[in-house]
Amino acid sequence: MLAYVARRIVAAVVLLGIVTVATFAVFFLVPRLAGATPQDLAARYVGRAAGEAQIQAAAERLGFTDPLYVQYGRFVKGLVAGAEYDTGASVEQCPAPCLGYSFITQNPVLPDLLDRLPVTLSLALGAAVLWLVSGVAIGVLSALRRGSAFDRAAMGVALAGVSLPIFFTGLLTLSIFSYGLGITAPGGSFTRLDENPLLWAYDLLLPWITLAFLYSAAYARLTRAGMLDTMGEDFIRTARAKGLPERTVVVRHGLRAALTPILTLFGLDLGLLLGGAILTESTFSLPGIGKYSVDAVVQNDLPKVLGVVLIGSMFIILANLVVDVLYAVVDPRVRAG
Amino acid sequence: MRRTRRLAAVALGAVAAMALGACGGPSTGGSGGGTGGGGDTAKAEANAGIGGIANPSDAKGGTLRMANSSDWDSLDPADTYYAYAWNFARLYGRSLVGFKAAPGKEGAELVPDLAESLGTPNADATQWTYRLKPGIKFEDGSVITSRDVKYAIARSLDKDTFPNGPTYFNDYLDLQGYEGPYKNPNLDAFTAVETPDDRTLVFKLRTAFAGFDYLAGLINTIPVPQAADTGARYKEKVVSSGPYKFETNELGKRFTMVRNPNWDASTDPIRKALPDRIEVAVNANADDVDNRLFSGDLDVAIEGTGVQPAAQGRVLADQALKANSDNGLAGFTWFTVLDDSVAPLDNVHCRRAVLLAADRTGYQRAYGGATGGDLATNLMGTNIPGAQQFDLYPSSGGTGDVAKAKDELNQCGQPNGFTTSISFRAERPKEKAAAEALQQSLARAGIQLEIKPFPAGDYAKLYAGKPDYSVANKLGLKVYGWQADWPDGFGFLAQVVDRRVIKAGGGNTNLGIRIPELDARIDQALGETDKAKRDAIWTGIDRTVMENASVLPGVWAKGLLYRPPNLTNVFVTGAWGMYEYTALGTTRR
Repeated sequence: MLAYVARRIVAAVVLLGIVTVATFAVFFLVPRLAGATPQDLAARYVGRAAGEAQIQAAAERLGFTDPLYVQYGRFVKGLVAGAEYDTGASVEQCPAPCLGYSFITQNPVLPDLLDRLPVTLSLALGAAVLWLVSGVAIGVLSALRRGSAFDRAAMGVALAGVSLPIFFTGLLTLSIFSYGLGITAPGGSFTRLDENPLLWAYDLLLPWITLAFLYSAAYARLTRAGMLDTMGEDFIRTARAKGLPERTVVVRHGLRAALTPILTLFGLDLGLLLGGAILTESTFSLPGIGKYSVDAVVQNDLPKVLGVVLIGSMFIILANLVVDVLYAVVDPRVRAG
Repeated sequence: MRRTRRLAAVALGAVAAMALGACGGPSTGGSGGGTGGGGDTAKAEANAGIGGIANPSDAKGGTLRMANSSDWDSLDPADTYYAYAWNFARLYGRSLVGFKAAPGKEGAELVPDLAESLGTPNADATQWTYRLKPGIKFEDGSVITSRDVKYAIARSLDKDTFPNGPTYFNDYLDLQGYEGPYKNPNLDAFTAVETPDDRTLVFKLRTAFAGFDYLAGLINTIPVPQAADTGARYKEKVVSSGPYKFETNELGKRFTMVRNPNWDASTDPIRKALPDRIEVAVNANADDVDNRLFSGDLDVAIEGTGVQPAAQGRVLADQALKANSDNGLAGFTWFTVLDDSVAPLDNVHCRRAVLLAADRTGYQRAYGGATGGDLATNLMGTNIPGAQQFDLYPSSGGTGDVAKAKDELNQCGQPNGFTTSISFRAERPKEKAAAEALQQSLARAGIQLEIKPFPAGDYAKLYAGKPDYSVANKLGLKVYGWQADWPDGFGFLAQVVDRRVIKAGGGNTNLGIRIPELDARIDQALGETDKAKRDAIWTGIDRTVMENASVLPGVWAKGLLYRPPNLTNVFVTGAWGMYEYTALGTTRR
């Protein structure tokens, strides 16, 4: 197992390298191929009253006049050996792994990302627990009561959950529960878990529910379909014939077998969300990685984009690694293979 | 089946209740949300904050809660170029002179702030002297000297470190090659600003500048103690000279401000400093900001451009909300530039044909109708003191005069019309709507427009503001807008009509107006010390631009601003066309 994990980690590092090269190419190679000069690129990062000398100075300061491989090499060097940055008044050190400095705000990227990570982690993990529990529970109940009013209502709500965009449900729930009834926190509220756990949960309750509403819908439908398949299998009939209690049949035999595709989806979803729940963070004004990434893309701020891409890719790879390991726990056939 | 129907009915009822709740929101009557109960006035009234003061009160205390749907370019006074940032910076910094905190046009008047009086020019307005009031202090209790102001201006010259701020001091001070204290730490080499003693500043200019007081009012003159300067990091801990100092500052997220104990109200003719504390959230969802304003959970939307389109209809339809709103001139003029280097618009008759054929009511509808702004007939809006409104291309109801347009097309040698392109910023739906409206109305005269959207961030730098790109891609018409850096003719017109500011490399704010005869008149206005005569020159320049048909005026923009009932002392300042932030108070305790 250790060798397997080690192999996956090495593969992950290689993959991250490929991702950074691709991102770099999108931002620098493609514009150059389209005829953009270093000065054209630099013009985005100077003030609106900038003259040509200022643009040229910015092109040189940001390294756009260097060949592309030199620029990428500088980025990699920052990652492994750190970098220096001239703030005007002094030269400050950016220790490795240095993801560089924002072209717009001139802030170091990694501390910015780490500062926003608790928001995204709190949002994604809390919502994941909610959607996994509620989605799977609703899916199991719907499968067991196939065709019932509960099944139809649950699948109807699930359809709504999948269909309604979060910027609609988010603003609607904020309007009703925060500003109308005053029972949940207003937009922009976030308290760190280590500062006040109760306030942390209170502030995030509405974003959690809204995000979970979207995701649990898919999980309910997937679980229902999986359970319907599984509960018709021979081994379920055998389990019942052996006189096992229905709860044991459903949970230990039925649900366990239906969990594998759900785990796969969960790994992907959670990994993606940890890289930034863009719409949820934007709707609820939460200063997480998702909001950070939107601003980075809108402003063409490459160091920030690269940082987000790296963090996001890392989470997706990590989540999938965990899921692969969990397969072995959930499904004995994987272990045997 | 019956059970299913009952469930469906319950579900439908719940959804309807939710929707109604969302639409109606909380009670939005006079005393509104939050714990506040309004100021001294008994009844809210729409537009009370335009030309007058809504909810006047001098009561101190409470926490003012503000939110910004984007982020500051920087809190550092050397590195910011947003109107709201300049308005807000006055809460933590004092410049040599500043705009009077008063409603309407009175708010566009300059008054001394750090200085004892407005500047004293020499005979040809190339040298200006200011003398500081005695005993004004930074937040740490140290006395502000003329060298602190000089240092602040010197550092603002460094555009490698502070790319965002204005460049007026770079452009007009006689710098003799000085590039700022980071490249040359010897401040004595900065001879363009002399400090003969601790309270006197003498500015030496390259050329006459009769309106230099406006430059002295820029936030670049907010003093910075050299010992506290951390260059690009100074924005994290700006040293206050105003009534509030930073308590916390989480860049890109939020910051809080508390009273600066070393601020002396008796030296300050501008700021009321009513709240005890100010909380600011940044990067907030714009629609959520509006909802929070309506519910009383928030006091001010910092951008000052008005509520979002989604909330506009709600405010206008709800009398209680409307009573707490102000719909005044915001300072922007939305217009379309006719690039005179793109044929056939190099012919004045073709340009005039465009102006005559255009249905300007369509332009106005694109920007939200009468709520979004007044029909513009020339460039400078009447919010600018001294500006005059005139219309050289009148038509019935502003819908255009196709017959006259065709006559101009004949004189232009294009009797059947012509084809050109119209550009706009892709992320701005109002500009898109304006371009489409023009496309329709100009077609009546045979002028065909091909619509070309471009990314907003690159619009002036790489596309519409880059001369060779414009010519190569036949960008004859360019949808654009402008707000004065300060409310006078130079502040509005210089950057958009002076052909000498056009740079071949792009990044232009003048998108293609080249009228040689304006050069001398702009220079004349710069040196004219009599304000009335100066205003007359600028009005004449505005008229020449219109005679030359270089600009199709669209809308003098208005913002629909909302003031929650707990907000006191609210008025729109003529300086920036938004609420005056130094005057605001709150009844929320």
